[in-house]
Amino acid sequence: MEAVAILAQQFNPDEKNNNAAIGAGFAYGLAAIGPGIGIGYVVGKAIESMARQPEAAGMVRTTMFLGIAFTEALALIGFVVFILLKFA
Amino acid sequence: MSVFALDFPEISHLLVWPDIFPSFNKVALIGVVAVLATVLIFLLANRKDPMKAPTGVRNVAEASVDFIESDIVMQTIGRDGLGWTPFLVSIFFFVFFCNITEIIPTAQMPATARMAIPATMALVVWLVYNSVGIKHQGFFSYLKNSCFPPGVPFALYFLVAPIEFVSTFIVRPFSLAIRLFANMLAGHLLLVTFAILTDALITANTAALKPIFVLPFFMLVFLTAFEILVSVLQAYIFTILTAVYIGGARHPEH
Repeated sequence: MEAVAILAQQFNPDEKNNNAAIGAGFAYGLAAIGPGIGIGYVVGKAIESMARQPEAAGMVRTTMFLGIAFTEALALIGFVVFILLKFA
Repeated sequence: MSVFALDFPEISHLLVWPDIFPSFNKVALIGVVAVLATVLIFLLANRKDPMKAPTGVRNVAEASVDFIESDIVMQTIGRDGLGWTPFLVSIFFFVFFCNITEIIPTAQMPATARMAIPATMALVVWLVYNSVGIKHQGFFSYLKNSCFPPGVPFALYFLVAPIEFVSTFIVRPFSLAIRLFANMLAGHLLLVTFAILTDALITANTAALKPIFVLPFFMLVFLTAFEILVSVLQAYIFTILTAVYIGGARHPEH
């Protein structure tokens, strides 16, 4: 915490940009955790069901892509926040 | 902007193109070319003799229409939704051609990485599925079926109805546009990053750094192949979500 206080004292014109860059990095990193786990579950379960019932593979694949698309949206919103923080 | 002495161009430099003539830039040109290419494929496919075995562009057209009929329409809307196939095929090819320019040399820019095209398409899809819902169920019945899913305890409707309303009418078009836009923007920035790294290492002043350029270069080649996959996949996902929304508006849950 002391280091943070010292850093905060050394004000310079770039500080807002630096903070925005740090925030942007954290925004994307944190936003990627949940969807990463989620997509892992979706694909893992889909492969499991395809292996159990190969004749249902087509339907499972369609539903899997839908699930991935919905889960992935969260990570992509994190990416947009990253772009907005970093460049806007 | 400079990161570790590596000159990374401003994002406006990567995405904002100068006007070719007033209010018409490269992204708009790619959009027009995508429309023309979509029309051209099906015009060319239509000219072939239907009695002979299909070749070339007719194969592409037939395979894609068959794929969209059997894998998208039949899985999501059902048999009575086959009339939507032309609409979905047009969406698929337009989005795909807007995406694939990301990796085509001299174009090197996905038109969908600017918000205008995804936002307009999401708006069109929003209008279409709401019109379908109102036409097939009637306005108040469609609103009721969208906001009050069956099989929920009465007290929970106070919580569920606002959430369902927001997610159906506000979040859906928003996430549809953001998904396409952010995927293509991320791909474009990734390609730019590795191209800049390769270039910086080749032209480095230190001789020891020069051979390292093979690493980002192979990553660039790999990512280019990956972006072909992403282009097709995003066009597919946009199309199938459109079909799912139309199917949901047409057949309410009972």
